[in-house]
This record gives sequence, structure tokens and C-alpha cells, in this order.
Amino acid sequence: MTSTNNDALNPAIFEFVTRLGDDRLILGHKLSEWCGHAPILEEDLALSNIALDLIGQASSFLKYAGEIEGLGRSEDDLAYKRIENEFRNSLLSEQPNGDFAVSIAKQFFFDTFAYYLFSELINSTEEKLAALAAKSLKEITYHLRHSSQWVIRLGDGTDESHQRMQTAINDLWMFTGDLFAQSDYDNILIENKIIPQIKTIKEKWDMHISTTLSQATLVLPPTDAYMQTGSRNGIHTEYLGYILADMQYLPSKYPDAKW
Amino acid sequence: MADSIKDYDTQWKPWEVFVQTKTGLPHEHAGNVHAVDAEMALQNARDLFSRRGKVVSLWVVPTEYIVATTQQDNSPFFDPADDKPYRHPLFYKVPKGVNLDID
Repeated sequence: MTSTNNDALNPAIFEFVTRLGDDRLILGHKLSEWCGHAPILEEDLALSNIALDLIGQASSFLKYAGEIEGLGRSEDDLAYKRIENEFRNSLLSEQPNGDFAVSIAKQFFFDTFAYYLFSELINSTEEKLAALAAKSLKEITYHLRHSSQWVIRLGDGTDESHQRMQTAINDLWMFTGDLFAQSDYDNILIENKIIPQIKTIKEKWDMHISTTLSQATLVLPPTDAYMQTGSRNGIHTEYLGYILADMQYLPSKYPDAKW
Repeated sequence: MADSIKDYDTQWKPWEVFVQTKTGLPHEHAGNVHAVDAEMALQNARDLFSRRGKVVSLWVVPTEYIVATTQQDNSPFFDPADDKPYRHPLFYKVPKGVNLDID
């Protein structure tokens, strides 16, 4: 099937699939914090629904990562029993929720990335990855519609909503470059057509972001702005530690708890 | 009347939601959602009324565009039909083999 043998490929696939799982676990966990706090009941349901989709996807990808790794770790082991620098989620996903505009901007940047990435992953030579991508893509397509519409609605809304949306876009901008960071593992996967060229995903991402922002009467931040990176090597912002402390509390305190 | 409701209603505009569960079947009223625009109304309707069970199509209509009869309309509108059973298709026999089950 491929030119590289499994011994070389598996660690790369494990790394990449863990990243997909971790992104969704952390972003979904943060988004679920909106439950009961959204500006209106219907939006509360929409956000919780999207958070559930993300946690569902996280569960599938981490389970798959555990299978690839072959050390008997389950999706729960990976979610609850790893420490901060073993997590591969993007810096964007772990940023604080802020106001509603910040949460929407976070989803918008992430959904756009996920949409174009998964639109290519469905053609992966790694069958299981292609199948999981195809299953998730329908949900992601809806998520992108939801977050893009909110960016337009808030940007092209009142003076206050416009200003908050613009601030959110500006403040999160420096974390978007990390989504496209390319590691040696990625290069192996690209060579073997397991994942697409990152730069083509970036081009499509740029296009959707700039079109949507212009529709929303918002200003696109400079494309050559300084970007934070590090998630590929497990280097995170200060926020991930707090998220994990919260999320892993129960399993670390009661390792054998069943519910 | 609409104005006086608007004065104390801080919710967004209500929309009526109609759900079709199979192509060819009528869209049936399922409930309502709040939304500031049509796209949001569709998305909210999707989250509230299509998560469980099969839906093939959704309609949303601003509630203000629904024209309804009032209680006072009831006797002139509906009562005259009460004593005219010949208007109902009660006197036909349904031939054997006709499937009345729409599914």
C-alpha cells in the first residue's frame, strides 16, 4: 500500500491521530462550559450540541490512536492519564472562552481548519482514518456554517458586537499559525498520502477566513503577524494545565470509579 | 397588540417550525424557536427538532406572518359544517387492496 513500513508509519499516525483527538477533547471541553450560560436558550442547545459532537469525535480518534499505538491504552487512558506535555492539541483550542465573540472566533478558526483538513482526509490511504474523517465531516460542515454565520452576524451587527468580534479575531490570531505547524511526522504522512499537503489546507483556510471577515465588515489581521507555536512538541500556553486539572480530577482521585 | 408585546418581550423574534419526516408527506407544525434572522431560525430549528428522529426538510416562518382565526371566528367559520355530513366522504367504501398506511 505504501512505500514506508508500518514501524516507521505507526508512530507518525499515532501522533497525528492523537492530535485530532486532543484538539476535539480540549475544544469540546471548553465549549461545554457554555452549557447553561449562552445568551439565549436555543444557542445554549446549539453550543452544547457542537461540544457533544466534538467529544464524540475525540473519543473515536483517541480510541483509534490507542489501537495504532498497540500498548493497550484506551481512549479514556489517553484523555485522563496523560500529562500536559503529552497533549498535542493546538494552542487555539485551549484558549479561554472569553465573551461569546471570543468563543465564536475560536470555533470559527478551528472549524474552518477542520473542514478543509477533513475534506482531504476522506481520501487518506489509511482506510480507518478516511472512514473516521468521512463520519466527522458532516458534523464539521454544520459547525462551520454555525460559527461562520455568527461571525458575520456579530461583525455586521451593532457597534458593540462588531467591536467585540474584531477584538476576538485580533486576540486569537496569533494562535492560528500553530494549526498549520508541520512536524517530521507530518512529512512522513504527507509522503505516504495519509494526510494532505498542509499548505493547500492553509490556502483554503486563508480564503474562507478572508471572505467571511469581509462579509462581516471585519478587518483581516496581517498574514505576516507573529505566530505562537509549540503544540506539536507538547509546549502549551498556561491554560492547558488548568483545563487538565479540572478535566482529570475525578479519574486521578478515583482511578477505578465507574459511572 | 404586537407593539405592546414587543415592549416587555426581551426575547428574540419567534419563528414557527414545520418538520417533514418523509418526502411527499406534509410539513407538520413542530413548535417554535427564537431567532434574529432566517438562517439562525433554521439552525435553531435543526438543533431543537431534528436531533432525534428522521427529518428530511424544515420550514421556518416568522410567527408574525401566521394568520390565525380567533375564538370569535369559531361559530361562523366552523359550526355550519357540523350538520352537513354529506360533505364528508363517509359513504364511500374503500376498495380492498388500497393501502391507507402512508408509510
